[in-house]
Amino acid sequence: MLVPGKIQHIICTGNLCIKEVQDYLKTLCPDLHITRGEYDEETRYPETKTLTIGQFKLGLCHGHQVIPWGDLDSLAMLQRQLDVDILVTGHTHQFTAYKHEGGVVINPGSATGAYSSITYDVNPSFVLMDIDGLRVVVYVYELIDGEVKVDKIDFKKTTATTHSAH
Amino acid sequence: MLNGTEDEEKWLAEGIAGIQHYAFFMHRALDSNNLREALKYSAQMLSELRTSKLPPHKYYELYMRAFDELKRLELFFKDESKHGVSVVDLYELVQHAGNILPRLYLLCTVGSIYIKSKEAPAKEVLKDLVEMCRGVQHPIRGLFLRSYLAQISRDKLPDIGSEYEGDADTVIDAVEFVLQNFNEMNKLWVRMQHQGPGGVKEKREKERSELQDLVGKNLHVLSQIEGVDLEMYKETVLPRVLEQVVNCKDDLAQYYLMDCIIQVFPDEYHLQTLETLLSACPQLQPTVDVKTVLSQLMDRLSNYAASSADVLPEFLQVEAFSKLSNAIGKVIEAQVDMPAVGAITLYVSLLTFTLRVHPDRLDYVDLVLGACVKKLSNIPELEDRRAMKQVVALLSAPLEKYNDIVTALTLSNYPRVMDHLDIGTNKVMAMVIIQSIMKNYSCISTADKVEVLFELIKGLIKDIDDADVDELDEEDFKEEQNSVARLIHTLYNDEPEEMLKIICIVRKHTMAGGPKRLPFTVSSLVFSALRLVRQLQGLEGDIVGEDVPVTPKKIFQLLTQMIDSLSAVPSPELALRLYLQCAEAANGCDLEHVAYEYFTQAFVLYEEEIADSKAQVTAIHLIIGTLQRMNVFGVENRDTLTHKATGYSARLLKKVDQCRAVYACSHLFWVDDQDGIKDGERVLLCLKRALRIANAAQQMANVARGSGGPVTLFVEILNKYLYFFEKGNGQITSSAIEGLIELINTETHCDSTSPDSISDAFLASTLRYIQFQKQKGSVAGEKFESIKL
Repeated sequence: MLVPGKIQHIICTGNLCIKEVQDYLKTLCPDLHITRGEYDEETRYPETKTLTIGQFKLGLCHGHQVIPWGDLDSLAMLQRQLDVDILVTGHTHQFTAYKHEGGVVINPGSATGAYSSITYDVNPSFVLMDIDGLRVVVYVYELIDGEVKVDKIDFKKTTATTHSAH
Repeated sequence: MLNGTEDEEKWLAEGIAGIQHYAFFMHRALDSNNLREALKYSAQMLSELRTSKLPPHKYYELYMRAFDELKRLELFFKDESKHGVSVVDLYELVQHAGNILPRLYLLCTVGSIYIKSKEAPAKEVLKDLVEMCRGVQHPIRGLFLRSYLAQISRDKLPDIGSEYEGDADTVIDAVEFVLQNFNEMNKLWVRMQHQGPGGVKEKREKERSELQDLVGKNLHVLSQIEGVDLEMYKETVLPRVLEQVVNCKDDLAQYYLMDCIIQVFPDEYHLQTLETLLSACPQLQPTVDVKTVLSQLMDRLSNYAASSADVLPEFLQVEAFSKLSNAIGKVIEAQVDMPAVGAITLYVSLLTFTLRVHPDRLDYVDLVLGACVKKLSNIPELEDRRAMKQVVALLSAPLEKYNDIVTALTLSNYPRVMDHLDIGTNKVMAMVIIQSIMKNYSCISTADKVEVLFELIKGLIKDIDDADVDELDEEDFKEEQNSVARLIHTLYNDEPEEMLKIICIVRKHTMAGGPKRLPFTVSSLVFSALRLVRQLQGLEGDIVGEDVPVTPKKIFQLLTQMIDSLSAVPSPELALRLYLQCAEAANGCDLEHVAYEYFTQAFVLYEEEIADSKAQVTAIHLIIGTLQRMNVFGVENRDTLTHKATGYSARLLKKVDQCRAVYACSHLFWVDDQDGIKDGERVLLCLKRALRIANAAQQMANVARGSGGPVTLFVEILNKYLYFFEKGNGQITSSAIEGLIELINTETHCDSTSPDSISDAFLASTLRYIQFQKQKGSVAGEKFESIKL
């Protein structure tokens, strides 16, 4: 699946570290969104980013800026602040997908299984999102003990309009 | 020279016209069954071929015209009913032609029919013809005549299973005939070098090469004869051919014919006659490019070996490897002037051969490399780029074959060959090695192999010469160092003791890399070491006492040294991050003092080295985030560090950043674990401090810009209030929250505030959150009920 042309957008939480990796991702899909991780050599990536795909507003942030690291309630605050349906963050190298009244918080984990001070036993993982109308299906791919395991989670939005200022 | 070509064109045209002229009359004679006239005119036609004026490629055109006409003549000769003369008599009759060349062409033509008629044994006719052709000693004319003979006799040889085989006619006779024709043709061909029109040597050689296939064709015919089996090839054919090749002492002929033999005869024959074939090589003229001949031979044999596994035992049986390597050794010794690239190309061919035929014999592979080392040692400085490319090919071959650098690392001569490379090529080769490791997921898991590996790739690891520093393009340099960094990640061993040894060896090598390389390599190595620490954490049993070889403490000492070295670059931001990583790891190992020391280092860097305001914001958040997760500190240590963190937070340059960092610090006083700190008062103090800063920011904005500042800060702080309210911090009251909401509304609707949809939306979703919590029911719902909106 990870061949050029199949993916429409790539959303990356950061810590690609070197430009080579960005270039590689660009070959999979030219629409690449990256936020800055603390080890990225490219200092011009933004701290946060928002984008709209279909009926969904997405927010992106590496996550080292949100303290306590990995804390769902603090991340929910960021979600409210960015006013997005889906917040994608990283930093913990642990896949999580959490639904609450304000929307969904997804952490795709580490694509490479890199060391993390926060998570012991990191399994490489990434997420594919299929956005269709008011529904998003999240497929998570994890490499556990040499085997790829796939799981899927469904989310549905209740209203078609995106949040607007009063 | 233009004149010459023009003249040649003219003569060719004249010759063709002549042929056409006489052919016309000849056809008339054929149509009227007039043998005598046919003979007369055909002889005259063939006389056109007596010219000495044409160069080979033009003579060929003339010859082809005549050849076509001779075919028609042959048809006429064959049909006795047309002319009434028996073939035996005809054979006699044509010998009356006046000039020898036409006579012999006609004789060959009749001879062809004679053999077909079977009125005489094929062998006798063939013998007669091949001898008679001696009458023409002019090189070009003779070559074409004999070529004609070869052509018409081809399908009439007394081969096994052919209709011409008989008691008296055997395949031996066929072979004799072809060999004799070959010998004579070669002699004529060689004679061209010394005779013919005087002229430049190059011109002569060019003309000769145009004729080479005429000579080579005979070898081709020999290879096609069914009856020439291995035995006959070994006993008769090859020795006789080689005899001619060696004795003719002509370098052009020798080179072409050796190559021809190799290409034309089957590989199994070559294997079985390897000794004979190779022993001819030293006997050739010194100017012959013997190395190319040998390379061709080895390439063919390599392909033969690759074609099927069944043939491999044969190679062993004939001891092909030792014969070939001996022959190569002799050639290289004998030809002292051979350029380096030639010798190395030979070794590359031999190595390819060895890898195909004897892949399991690493000792053979090592021998070849060793021979190459010897040769390279005799060259003071290898500067030829092509030679370097060949050395890279030599070194890459085992990598590709074995798909595993580990095997190559066991070859004792491998590093020695690499030693002879210049820096640039060493780096190229080092990258090839690293790429091979990546591609094959090779695991280099022992310390001594890592040592060998890093010696091999030393061109990437450090500056070897003073001369070549800084000549490298920055992009290329980055690519190189990133490859080294990746490589470090692949070095791994389950055994902590061995892994530590590996880390130490890598450290030893990379420390010599200098400030430009350290930022790349130190990170990888630090994380390798941190992984080891974590692995030790997971192990059962006590890791107490100094006599245990590997302890987290020892690794932390190493880590500190590694990160300290970054000060030489300097890389304070990277170093700060790595210190914090180590602090967390120390926390996991319950080493309070070690963790404290790391925080100290991080703070020192923050104070002294990180001046950029944006960098400071990130750095302080990393410090706060790490500190928040620490559970190993006693009260005093924790207090000191927390105090420092909050202090620096409040002193960031921009008020906005100050505010955010300070409320982040509130989490330092509240940890959700069961025995984590939960100091509600100090949390509130932090939040209130953040509020004051936000207020100050508002006022500053009013003064400086005339309009209100970021209301969003207040909403952020509100969210933090709600966070701790929910967690059960008694110091945060619902009235405080209501007050804050009111403040926000006031600020928002204040005249001087410009409308801000972002903070409006933020507030709206926050209020929605409160509503949602109210509706939750249970304890949480009750709590939130108290907030009146």
